[in-house]
Amino acid sequence: MVERMIEVTGLNIRFGQGSKANHVVRGVDLSIARGECFGLVGESGCGKSTILGAIAGRVKEWQGGIRIGGEAVAPERRKLSQLRQQQIVFQDPYGSLHPRHTVGRILSEPLEIHGIDNRDTRIDQVLDQVGLPRRFRFRYPHQLSGGQRQRVAIARALVLDPQILLLDEPTSALDVSIQAEILNLLKDLREERGLTYLLVSHDMAVVTHLCDRIAVMQKGRFVEVTSRDAMIRGELEHPYTRLLRDGSLGYRPVKAAE
Amino acid sequence: MSDAQPLLSVRNLTVAFPSLQHMLPAVRNVSFDLGREKVGIIGESGSGKSTTGRAIMRLHPAKTRITADLMAFQGRDLLTLSEREMRSIRGHRIAMILQDPKYSLNPVMTVGEQIAETAILHERLSRREARLRAMEMLEKVHIRDPERVMGLYPHEVSGGMGQRIMISMMLIAKPALIIADEPTSALDVSVRQQVLTILDELVSGNDMGLLFISHDLNLVRSFCDRVLIMYAGRVVEELRADELDKAQHPYTQGLLEALPSLTEPRDRLAVLRRDPAWAEG
Amino acid sequence: MTMIHKNEGLRAWLLSEDFTSPRQARAHKAYVSWLRFSSNPLAFGGLLVVLLLVLAAVFAPWVATHDPLAQDFALALKPPSAEHWFGTDELGRDVYSRLVYGARTTLYIAILVTVIVGPIGFVIGAAAGYLGGWVDTVLMRVTDIFLAFPSLVLALAFSAALGAGIENAVIAIALTIWPPVARLVRAETLTFRKADFVVAAELQGASTPRILFRYIVPLCAPSVIVRLTLNMASIILTAAGLGFLGLGAQPPMPEWGAMAAQGRQYLLDAWWLTAVPGLAILLVSLAFNLLGDGLRDILDPKHV
Repeated sequence: MVERMIEVTGLNIRFGQGSKANHVVRGVDLSIARGECFGLVGESGCGKSTILGAIAGRVKEWQGGIRIGGEAVAPERRKLSQLRQQQIVFQDPYGSLHPRHTVGRILSEPLEIHGIDNRDTRIDQVLDQVGLPRRFRFRYPHQLSGGQRQRVAIARALVLDPQILLLDEPTSALDVSIQAEILNLLKDLREERGLTYLLVSHDMAVVTHLCDRIAVMQKGRFVEVTSRDAMIRGELEHPYTRLLRDGSLGYRPVKAAE
Repeated sequence: MSDAQPLLSVRNLTVAFPSLQHMLPAVRNVSFDLGREKVGIIGESGSGKSTTGRAIMRLHPAKTRITADLMAFQGRDLLTLSEREMRSIRGHRIAMILQDPKYSLNPVMTVGEQIAETAILHERLSRREARLRAMEMLEKVHIRDPERVMGLYPHEVSGGMGQRIMISMMLIAKPALIIADEPTSALDVSVRQQVLTILDELVSGNDMGLLFISHDLNLVRSFCDRVLIMYAGRVVEELRADELDKAQHPYTQGLLEALPSLTEPRDRLAVLRRDPAWAEG
Repeated sequence: MTMIHKNEGLRAWLLSEDFTSPRQARAHKAYVSWLRFSSNPLAFGGLLVVLLLVLAAVFAPWVATHDPLAQDFALALKPPSAEHWFGTDELGRDVYSRLVYGARTTLYIAILVTVIVGPIGFVIGAAAGYLGGWVDTVLMRVTDIFLAFPSLVLALAFSAALGAGIENAVIAIALTIWPPVARLVRAETLTFRKADFVVAAELQGASTPRILFRYIVPLCAPSVIVRLTLNMASIILTAAGLGFLGLGAQPPMPEWGAMAAQGRQYLLDAWWLTAVPGLAILLVSLAFNLLGDGLRDILDPKHV
């Protein structure tokens, strides 16, 4: 059994060429244990989604080392078996499902690609697990609410039985009440299946609710890596972390400075 | 707090879209007063909060059915005004800030030109005086490099700066009422605090009224004086912001319990059970 | 009584959104699309005219009153009458019957061109849009070369090179119609390529052909179908142009464009020779346009 589920060493990611290159991720190290929920927090442009993209295989140009489940992965190509280990849940429930595919089709696609049998059974199972009625298989995405679509997106991520879920702002586009349902679902799934999560978000409260450890990013670097308890108690070292934490508590007037 | 006569008085405002006849009106029997204070409207998507804000400015297409027993701004009935009269009010007496400044600013004029234009329009200054005024305004919203920013086009400025530019234009126009619809939702945390601080100073310093429409409960409760909670087109509760914890309506309570909290962690978040009775009576 | 109940039950089953089987889902979609389409009077009208055209073409021997090729100089250039509903042409042939048989030619050309152009445009456009890089560059430069020429000139050149005859005309016209379709597909592919659901499929290990045919093509289909129906008018007119110059449909085969072109010499004395086929071309082109608009309304994913 592999203990370090995700290991990233010296990750550097640049977009563009030469002098105009945007150095989005600057020498990041991180290590996530099996069954852990690790949160990446930061403001827009800090590089958190890019790191998730590199681990997922969506970002194909990076330097450094990434090991998933103990096996090193290459930037350009991944084996089919490697792709199965981690699946993404995207931010926008309205854009992550093909508008012309029924729910059943959306869920059976990954199974077909990997040549897995018992498709109907697995689809029913995964729909049960995300709390959707089985007859939703025949529905199209436009017939579902935002929360229901996100559940389908989670079901799609689970249908290949991955060990890791990469969550890219999974509740940012949802209403507060729906967000609560999805967060509860994610928590339950992790406990039931022993999954490992990497959660990217700009919302400190969401990250603290779900994650064991939290890394704060600014301009491509980790500014601080702290624990859930420390975040709750406010025992933080870096002023930027404190700024983000205070910010999520509500409005606090700042002194005049740009 | 409120004056003798509130700035804005709304009684039983109903907004219905004729193309969606089989659905309930988007806003139903909404009533509230707004004085020289900050009032927040909280709601989830579909609650009717944005529709309410736009109805006050009469920004809906002509076919929309807007009815109210009363919708008075500074004593004038907004519903009976002609379009021409409304135009003189919009941007001048009542100003609106939207979520994305890119949609509110003219993309083919530089920032400096737009602010100067506002100054010329409202204060009848000469071109040179207007330009100086524009720089002055940019400094007032704590933009450090006003000379450089004046020459930028809207697509070249960041979100936070765009909102500050919008606010600076309002400093010139000096409206009595500002309607802000999710003004900071698209901004990062650090920028959000700056923009809200400036907005706070603007509103309190000039005795304005602010209607702050948002889905962010924590933000509204810490920024505003009073809060209205909307659900399915109706106002279900009205409270002082600092008394939100003592909310009576089950929807408000449900919303509060559904929020993940940094300071009071819970294992599971309470799931809102929607009662159809909330949408009626 | 039972019939009424049965119909109400069927309608309810078709309209219900709570599907219990893939068959019901498909039936529902088709029925709802049909209801939407038929509530648009212009589109419905367009569909009727097109259907009329198809029926006239298929049942030409029964619909026509005379033999379209039968000449009788004694009856030349006769105005419309009870005997000859649209009059006769310079060789004494019945214009009405030629019109009806001409529908076959028109439909044959229009459908054949569409069937050829659709797949070509899809493959080239989708490959260019999805694969990008040098594939995109090469394919788009080829497209640009075809687009640089006015379509009629290009069609003439191909037609002349291939020789006279209707099949060669079809190929020539198809070669001028595919570039805009390919461009359209490429543009649509570019927008969808970055969509989350495509990325999700890629991260599941979907191969490029799978993504192109199962994800991207279904999304481009509506725009392309609409574009193709709107193109019908130019297909018909280009065929007419070719016919006039002796390429394309060869005499004595009736073809609306050729008929209209030939009638120009007799315009002052026998206006019906040009007016009737010209009107037919106008009506059918308009019908296809309206049909295309109606299709766009129901096929547009935003409206679904």
